[in-house]
Amino acid sequence: MTAATLERNRTVGLSRTRRMPFGSKHASDWTLGIAAAAVVAFLYLPVVVLIIFSFNDNNLTTWPLAGFTWHWYQNAFANKELMIALGNSIYVASIATALCVVLGVPAGIALDRIDFPGKLLFRRLVLLPLVLPGIVTGLAMMIMFTKVLGLSLSLTTVILGHGTALVSVVATQVFARLQRFNRRMEEASADLGARPLQTFWMVTLPNIRSAILGSALLSFTLSFDEIPVTYFLTGRDNTLPMYIYSTLRRGITPEINAIGTVIVLASLVLIVLSIWLLSDRGEKSGK
Amino acid sequence: MDLDTRRRVNYAGVLAGPVAWTTLFMFVPYAILLAYSFYSREFPLIVPDFQLGNYLQLFQDQQYFQVFMRTLKIASLVTVGAILLAYPLTYFIVFKIRSPRVRMTIYASVIVPLWVSYLLRSYTWKTILGNQGVLNSFLIWAGILDQPSDLFLYNQFAMVLTLTYIFVPFMVMSIFAALEKIPVSLIEASKDLGVGRIRTFLAVTLPLSVPGILAGAAITFGLTMGDFVAPFLVGGPDGALLATTIQAQFGTALNWPLGAAIAMVMMVIILLIITATDRAERAGRLDLG
Repeated sequence: MTAATLERNRTVGLSRTRRMPFGSKHASDWTLGIAAAAVVAFLYLPVVVLIIFSFNDNNLTTWPLAGFTWHWYQNAFANKELMIALGNSIYVASIATALCVVLGVPAGIALDRIDFPGKLLFRRLVLLPLVLPGIVTGLAMMIMFTKVLGLSLSLTTVILGHGTALVSVVATQVFARLQRFNRRMEEASADLGARPLQTFWMVTLPNIRSAILGSALLSFTLSFDEIPVTYFLTGRDNTLPMYIYSTLRRGITPEINAIGTVIVLASLVLIVLSIWLLSDRGEKSGK
Repeated sequence: MDLDTRRRVNYAGVLAGPVAWTTLFMFVPYAILLAYSFYSREFPLIVPDFQLGNYLQLFQDQQYFQVFMRTLKIASLVTVGAILLAYPLTYFIVFKIRSPRVRMTIYASVIVPLWVSYLLRSYTWKTILGNQGVLNSFLIWAGILDQPSDLFLYNQFAMVLTLTYIFVPFMVMSIFAALEKIPVSLIEASKDLGVGRIRTFLAVTLPLSVPGILAGAAITFGLTMGDFVAPFLVGGPDGALLATTIQAQFGTALNWPLGAAIAMVMMVIILLIITATDRAERAGRLDLG
């Protein structure tokens, strides 16, 4: 949210308080409120089910609950294949995130302030993975890697795929932050005799730092959970989502609920942190 | 070096990495995919060629055409479902919650699930809707059902439900952006002029939020079209979607050129939708003056 939006929200909030004091709420407001609450409940229902049944002492996910157990967590963490997949996912997501930052930051800067031939095509290509299903990107890269470059599929090709599909996340956030950034500060720095690289390190970078960090966290979460691109680009090694995907073929075990709960809670923390960094407050703390 | 040259050198330094990367890992692969869609298959070989047979097969072969139409149907239902769920929620968040802090907190809590493991969120519906799942056992426990029902899982309903669930936060995000831009003074002016709530909504709020609905619909429709996880997890025997078919062409069916052609058709449809909604959005913005 921009500062301007927040500012407007504040005034909007005021005028609404004046116009609609408590008590004069229309019946339709209540209907709307209940509908809104129902949709939020719908959004969180599966997450709650996942967490509850990860502690439920029953092989099946059935109601009523059978009692509390840590058993599924112990099983999950004792499962070698699963732990290897978890390690692979952390490895892939870390390097893919680094790639996204190394490529996404200059891409965001280029989109914001450099005019060059082919910029429109470049912009379209960078943003494409945001709207294009991963299966198309995954397929296209798989054909190139195996048939044209003669590479064999491995975690490295998965990393290249994730880096490509997720660079847009960092690029768009850096671009958005730069658009709101006061260019005068860079001009002032230049006027004071700083070289461009100095200006970048000392003025521009501190201003976009929280946007970079926030979008990096988001990229990490997305890469960690990625399925469609990974599906086509992975060789013998499984990432965690691919491992889960393949076990689901065989049927459901509460072990998946346990590792799923860990992933969901870890993702929630990273995402909330990321939203905070990408918001106004992140911007202020970044300065 | 004069200033202009130095600047150009800097710009080149910034541009080189991202441009080289997008060219090598996006432009070239998409071009190769396009080329493959014209190749022909002489089992078990794939022969470089230039012919439209793969595209024709998608539209002439009943087996594939059915999947194509089903995908459009499911994607439309999911899009409509997501709009119907997201709109009232977003409207409530934007117009009925007075404290900006509470509003942003609720908004954030609604869109957070968007980035939480997509696989696990789909998978949980499988555990909820299944024959031995949470819903069935709950209904039996509550005395509503005698026997577990097979009606909830492995059908198109389950797919639409799961995918709608996945895409509601996307929709909320785009509708929120549109509703938030509407000046409350416009709505108040309409009310001051004696226009009722419902007519104010239909004449002022709804038309001004159309760009947001369109943007959300475009993303939802496109990403639903390309999904193969929901059909795999909760879809039934009549649940194959385009992405499932593509997957099969690169797997067991071993017909890469056909798979590439289907992927290209999907990509073209999505690009057309995005371009069209972008235009409509820009036109909508002009309307606002």
